[in-house]
Amino acid sequence: MEDRLSIAGEDLLTITGLTKAYPGVVANDQVSFSIRPGEVHALLGENGAGKSTLVKMIYGLVKPDAGSMVLKGVPYSPAEPRAARAAGVAMVFQHFSLFEALNVAENIALGMENPPKMRDLAARIREVSQNYGLPLDPDQMVGDLSAGERQRVEIIRCLLQNPKLLIMDEPTSVLTPQEVSVLFQTLEKLRGEGCSILYISHKLEEIRALCDHATILRLGQKVATCNPRQETARAMAEMMVGEALHVPQKAPRIPQDVALEIDQLDVPARAAFGTSLKGISLSVQKGEILGIGGVAGNGQDELCSVLSGEALTAAEQVKLAGTPIGDLGPNARRALGLLAAPEERLGHAAAPDMSLTENALLSGAVREGLEHNGMIDWGKTRDFAQKIIHRFDVRTPSANTAARALSGGNLQKFVVGREILQNPSALVINQPTWGVDASAAAAIRQALLDLAAEGAAIVVISQDLDELMEISDRFAALNEGRLSAPVETSDLDVEKIGLMLGGASDTKAEQVSA
Amino acid sequence: MITLEKRPEPSKLWTAITPILAVVATMIAGGIMFAVLGKDPLVAIRTIFWDPLFNEQFAGFSRPQLLVKAAPLILIATGLAMGFRAGVWNIGAEGQYIMGAICGAAVGLAFYPTESFLIFPLMIAAGALGGFLWAMIPGVLKVKFHTNEILVSLLLVYVAEFILASMALGALRNPEGNGFPGSRNLKEYPSAFNAELLPNTGLHWGVVAAIIAVIFAYVLFSKHMMGFHIRLAGQAPKAARFGGVEPARLILFCLGTSGALAGLAGLFEVSGPAGQISIDFNVGYGFTAIIVAFLGRLNPFGILLAGLLMALTYIGGELASFMLGVPTAAIQAFQGMLLFFLLAVDVLTNYRIKFGTKGGGSI
Repeated sequence: MEDRLSIAGEDLLTITGLTKAYPGVVANDQVSFSIRPGEVHALLGENGAGKSTLVKMIYGLVKPDAGSMVLKGVPYSPAEPRAARAAGVAMVFQHFSLFEALNVAENIALGMENPPKMRDLAARIREVSQNYGLPLDPDQMVGDLSAGERQRVEIIRCLLQNPKLLIMDEPTSVLTPQEVSVLFQTLEKLRGEGCSILYISHKLEEIRALCDHATILRLGQKVATCNPRQETARAMAEMMVGEALHVPQKAPRIPQDVALEIDQLDVPARAAFGTSLKGISLSVQKGEILGIGGVAGNGQDELCSVLSGEALTAAEQVKLAGTPIGDLGPNARRALGLLAAPEERLGHAAAPDMSLTENALLSGAVREGLEHNGMIDWGKTRDFAQKIIHRFDVRTPSANTAARALSGGNLQKFVVGREILQNPSALVINQPTWGVDASAAAAIRQALLDLAAEGAAIVVISQDLDELMEISDRFAALNEGRLSAPVETSDLDVEKIGLMLGGASDTKAEQVSA
Repeated sequence: MITLEKRPEPSKLWTAITPILAVVATMIAGGIMFAVLGKDPLVAIRTIFWDPLFNEQFAGFSRPQLLVKAAPLILIATGLAMGFRAGVWNIGAEGQYIMGAICGAAVGLAFYPTESFLIFPLMIAAGALGGFLWAMIPGVLKVKFHTNEILVSLLLVYVAEFILASMALGALRNPEGNGFPGSRNLKEYPSAFNAELLPNTGLHWGVVAAIIAVIFAYVLFSKHMMGFHIRLAGQAPKAARFGGVEPARLILFCLGTSGALAGLAGLFEVSGPAGQISIDFNVGYGFTAIIVAFLGRLNPFGILLAGLLMALTYIGGELASFMLGVPTAAIQAFQGMLLFFLLAVDVLTNYRIKFGTKGGGSI
């Protein structure tokens, strides 16, 4: 299109007029752009802008309805991922597909067409991991690896195919800052060797640091291209959203009584590869937001369920405003004012096949008085659902729509709004803006700040450190089931947080090898 | 090319019309099968679906049979649907049906020959209790030891069958029966007899209980928190726990209720149409009810219709094999087709068919 003149032979991949429609929605509408050899090309857009569909078409997972692609001057239309890989296109997904009970080399062998002997493969893995500065032991069980290390398994799996184009979907969402810098060094090295990288991320600062070009999608259409190094993060966010961005405001806070506390809590892991909580103590004051950072899988879900009442403990170990509640279930805690919003939207915070009205009843029955002696007041429930939809700008045809029909960001707004509108005295929220676009994320954060300003104690568990820096008063790191002592957020910078999170030997190893 | 495409939401329209579509498809495929067997397909279909209700010659006998056969199916299937919606798979309703019949009949026979209006209510309570307790065995084992309720409840059917045989030959045997197996006939014991409420309609207390159960289940599912929790637990177990559902309580409620309803069905059968505890007292209502529950979409009113339809194919099938000489196996195949087609067209609730998506993309 208008961005630059491209000679067919010069570009690695040229995409012309790619279109894909799903029932009721056009995911990609005439998208055209090209990727040069050895460039890091960012793909930006809100949730539902069509980024995933676009890369799935490039990787052969989805068939375009119209349009064409040219790879290295040859027409390219992969029927399946295997064809894409054979043509030199590899992809690292946001969610890993690894078997925890197998070791690294076995996992990699499983994805190969003709795997070599295990010993040769292990040697090659060592070689590649050294060349690219990605420390990894081929004999280690994947179940014992951190999220960052698991991602390395996926990356090395791709690198063994010598790709010409590497697609990465939200690669840094699960990484500590130190792990991010290791990843970036690897990507720089790959770029130096002429490999192109198509990079999807919501983290605009990263894109400014790493990428040469950015293509911006909105509602399935390409709306802009830019050089990220010459733009501010805010300008790019506004290009994505198509309107000016609202930045949450935090008011200063006066110390108050403790609202929610946990005392020396140990919880053994419930499942294999689950995380046990070890010696967790925390206290949150009224009106305070405690941020708990850390990479997913370090005890976040376990901590959230101990607070929500899905996992029970001795009564004295969890207290709400001085009342022991450790042995009370979720609804008894709700009655006392402690609410929770779990991370997993579909299947945990909301039932996928139930309507938004029914999902409003799911956690709102007790506090909103939606039932009397077990009989459900559907009229009142519908009003409550409508209120959530209206106040949190949930884009949905109606309150009767099934939860799974909503986009991730919209459902997240509904789930968060459902808890906030019940006016809790304490709220625990796990990954409040996970997978949510910039403007919706800002709205959710603002709502949390407003709730705290009204006197609620809030625990925000998040992987997004910028988010925690923005809204929390104090910060603690959760690592391998242990919670660090909380620190005033104003005394912190990203570097210090990274060290608090790292803790593990794995960070030190990176610094030595890097 | 024809492709299936997942709908963003389950279609309400298709949920409603798939059973009708399945019945029509069964009639067509069944008709072909009857034609291959050398029978006139139209006559066969008419014999199965029409004659039991409207034929001048047989309807007088077969029409009451419809309610008699449908009542236990509906009663059991309504209870099973609660469990199935919650993901609690009680496959052993047949056993609970037998135990309900034994307990209820035993209470009645214990009072023989005393006459009192209290005896029949006591028998009803005993029947429900028998089924309830028999279903509590897989329930408690599942809650305490995480055993699989499918296996335990199914295997207990065979245990119940042996208990039935031992009762018919031993403790409950008719002392005046000249040593023949089987209990006293309750038809000859007015206080314990579940008589027809209106002559020649087949309407007995079991039919009334089935209708009450359907209404009760409808209110439970649509208006009560327990029903909401049942649906929630079946669809999204993690969300159910988040919503405050206690899985153990739910499992015991579902198994207990379905067991009690199956026990009631057994009691009404033994005290009415069957009349006595005999070795071959059970005829598979407990298993057929599983089909009825699914045919009725696990919806109480759907089950009501499905139970009547299933009873109709039984009576009509008997009539067809008697009148036209259609083999019994063909009738069973015909009933099997019904479930098969229902499951097949069920796909359309969640998917839509799209023709010719290949290549021609212009938007």
